[in-house]
Amino acid sequence: MDGFLFNAIIYILAAIVCVPIAKRLGMGAVLGYLIAGILVGPYGFEFIQDETQGQDIMHSTEFGVVMMLFLIGLELEPKNLWKMRDLILKVGLSQVLVTSGLIFGLGIVIGVDWRISLTAGLSMALSSTAIVLQSLKEKNQMNSPSGKMSFGVLLLQDIAVIPILAILPLLAVAGTVTSEAGHGGFLENQPGWIQTLMIFGAIGLVVLLGRFGFGPLLNWVSKTKLRELFTASALLIVVGIAYLMEMVGLSPALGTFLAGVILANSPYKHALESDLDPFKGLLLGLFFMAVGATINFNLIFSDAVSILSLTLGIILIKALVLGVIGKIKKLNLGENLSFSFGLAQVSEFSFVTYAFALQLGILATTTSDLLMAVTALSMTFTPVFSLVLDKLVVPILEKKSTKPKRESDEISEKNKVILVGFSHFGSTLGRFLRANGIEATVLDYNPDQVDLLRKMGFKVYFGDATRLDLLHSAGAEEAKILISAINSTETNKKLVELCQEHFPKLEIMIRAKNRYEAFELMEMGVENIYREHLDTSIRMGQEALQKLGFRAHTVLRLAAQFRKYDEDSLKILVKYRSNQAEYISKIRKQIEIQETLLSGELSRKFSMNDHVWDSDQLKDQND
Amino acid sequence: MRKILVLFAHPKYEHSDANQALIHAIQDLENVQIRDLYELYPDFNINIQAEQEALFEYEVIIWQHPFYWYSCPPLLKQWIDLVLEYGWAYGTGGIFLKNKYIFNAFTSGGSRGIYSEQGKNRFTIEEFLRPFEQTAYLCNMRYLPPFHLGGTHRITETELSEKAEEYKNLVLSLRDSDQITLPYIQKA
Repeated sequence: MDGFLFNAIIYILAAIVCVPIAKRLGMGAVLGYLIAGILVGPYGFEFIQDETQGQDIMHSTEFGVVMMLFLIGLELEPKNLWKMRDLILKVGLSQVLVTSGLIFGLGIVIGVDWRISLTAGLSMALSSTAIVLQSLKEKNQMNSPSGKMSFGVLLLQDIAVIPILAILPLLAVAGTVTSEAGHGGFLENQPGWIQTLMIFGAIGLVVLLGRFGFGPLLNWVSKTKLRELFTASALLIVVGIAYLMEMVGLSPALGTFLAGVILANSPYKHALESDLDPFKGLLLGLFFMAVGATINFNLIFSDAVSILSLTLGIILIKALVLGVIGKIKKLNLGENLSFSFGLAQVSEFSFVTYAFALQLGILATTTSDLLMAVTALSMTFTPVFSLVLDKLVVPILEKKSTKPKRESDEISEKNKVILVGFSHFGSTLGRFLRANGIEATVLDYNPDQVDLLRKMGFKVYFGDATRLDLLHSAGAEEAKILISAINSTETNKKLVELCQEHFPKLEIMIRAKNRYEAFELMEMGVENIYREHLDTSIRMGQEALQKLGFRAHTVLRLAAQFRKYDEDSLKILVKYRSNQAEYISKIRKQIEIQETLLSGELSRKFSMNDHVWDSDQLKDQND
Repeated sequence: MRKILVLFAHPKYEHSDANQALIHAIQDLENVQIRDLYELYPDFNINIQAEQEALFEYEVIIWQHPFYWYSCPPLLKQWIDLVLEYGWAYGTGGIFLKNKYIFNAFTSGGSRGIYSEQGKNRFTIEEFLRPFEQTAYLCNMRYLPPFHLGGTHRITETELSEKAEEYKNLVLSLRDSDQITLPYIQKA
């Protein structure tokens, strides 16, 4: 049962079978992947031979977490991150310190060696970024109060990885450590100040590249109009930063998160998002499956009671600490429960610390295996807990609470209007909307144009609007209106089809080049069609008439009538378009009507149907 | 010599012989300025500041318009609504129109006779014009008797030119006389 293709088929098949079932049962994708992992693992159908193989897969797919943090960074602008500093520091730090302290203390009390207790305490204080964020995203709770707090805690935990990895070697019994056992990359042998310097240098490099390097790179690449090249560049950015971070011993997830935050203001934000999202999804899925596959059921069954109680104990301690913090931060009970139990599992990162501690001789193999089993179990349990919470507990709580439901949390970043195309036409439109307080999410496919407009302070994103994923990430699901200000008939038609199929609630307003394009759009069922020359030409005509001595107000009314007439006739003509002969005769008839109308308008009678302010009829009557 | 501003509002001036006659009679007079509101603001988007600045230098103001449904055309009402602002035209600090003379010069299809208690319109011209009178009153202006060109449906050319001449003479006397001796209504 070897071979890459066969393995790939097994994993994908397991995911395709389990995840939809899990979702159908309301369990969420994470649990589905975990179950799939257990099934293909050594205690299921044995496609994965042993836990080590599972761990290998886990390590290689951990990169999904890195990508996820990059993508989350993209969603978070620096000023918003700055707003979170209080949350990250107070909530996050207190969680890590109190939890590890408690577990450490408990370990001492039950007579475990203090070094082992400290290692376990520090590792177990951390929660699984992958599981928590994925679940939050799935449930659309990233912006809820508990979602924000969870995110703050996870961010601090990612930072905490650095000191934890630094502390572990100090715990090792002197003499048993060899420097090769280090985890900190090639800097391990350098003196402390050089390490510190390199760390700051690396962070500085990421910031600098994010500010000045990636933009031009993406601009240059996007001009080739080769989509795969753009995707490759996006991957290069993430992989490159992750590599750099690992080199100086920092968390790659943290580094890419930082890069993401810096790129959050970039025009390529949405394009990057839509390109990387599938990679992230696949890698994370594999990662969760690997976690499922590493659960050592032999070990668990051999000592089921103590392992289960240990796992539940850890989860309870973590949840308790988080719950107290949530209480202090005034989360309501439902929010607090999902916050505290959501973060109650042990992090995937602890697999790394156990392995490291094993190398350092702090942990014995049996202890390490035990802790790993607890970790994997806790990761499996928390999705179950949150399922129970969401389905059973929270509904009851919500029923009980007489308080009115919270308003939606904050104005989400997504705009009500998506404006496609920011050429002369689109930019005028966009400026007008903006002048009236309506910000639109703007998409354009010309990199130079995008850069220029960015410099002028417009929020324009680079990308091809006929890509479904880009529309998704531009917020087409929540937006009210999509305006297409592009002049390509083909693109417009594709866009209309996409929107009609995937975003039926989205109102679409389309710029049409001419009558013929308008016909095609009408036949597709588009209601809001704007022929680009109609208004300007009529306006020119208006002013010409005025220069010839027509009264301004009269001309205004004539123009409005003429435009209505023209739009109406279009609606009639479109019905006859399929029948060519009838169409032509109809057009002739329309031209005749138009001529009569025009001559009527030109005569002193003003127009055939317009008798306002005429006193001719009154004159015949008695005074 | 007083300066006179005619605020003229007619949505279909090109069809109004009566108003054309009146306007032609006064349009070339020195110190008489005509603001053709429907030409200036065909879309009703009145430039308030420009209007207020224009009012500033004139001592006599004439609202010239046809009588539609016992009132003025909508753009003149819009003008009153927008230009006569609180704090500028009336109320605290609203002193910019104080002591200016103002009156309605208007045309109507019906003759003067039907604007009476016995006539089919049941009320007099003065009664119909009360909103204008009160508007002027609130702004501390001096509201002069209206100039009325009635019976335009059946008017002869001679009658019309006589009326136009009368209008011109009224305007000239307002412009040139040392004292305006016409009775006016003003807040005490």
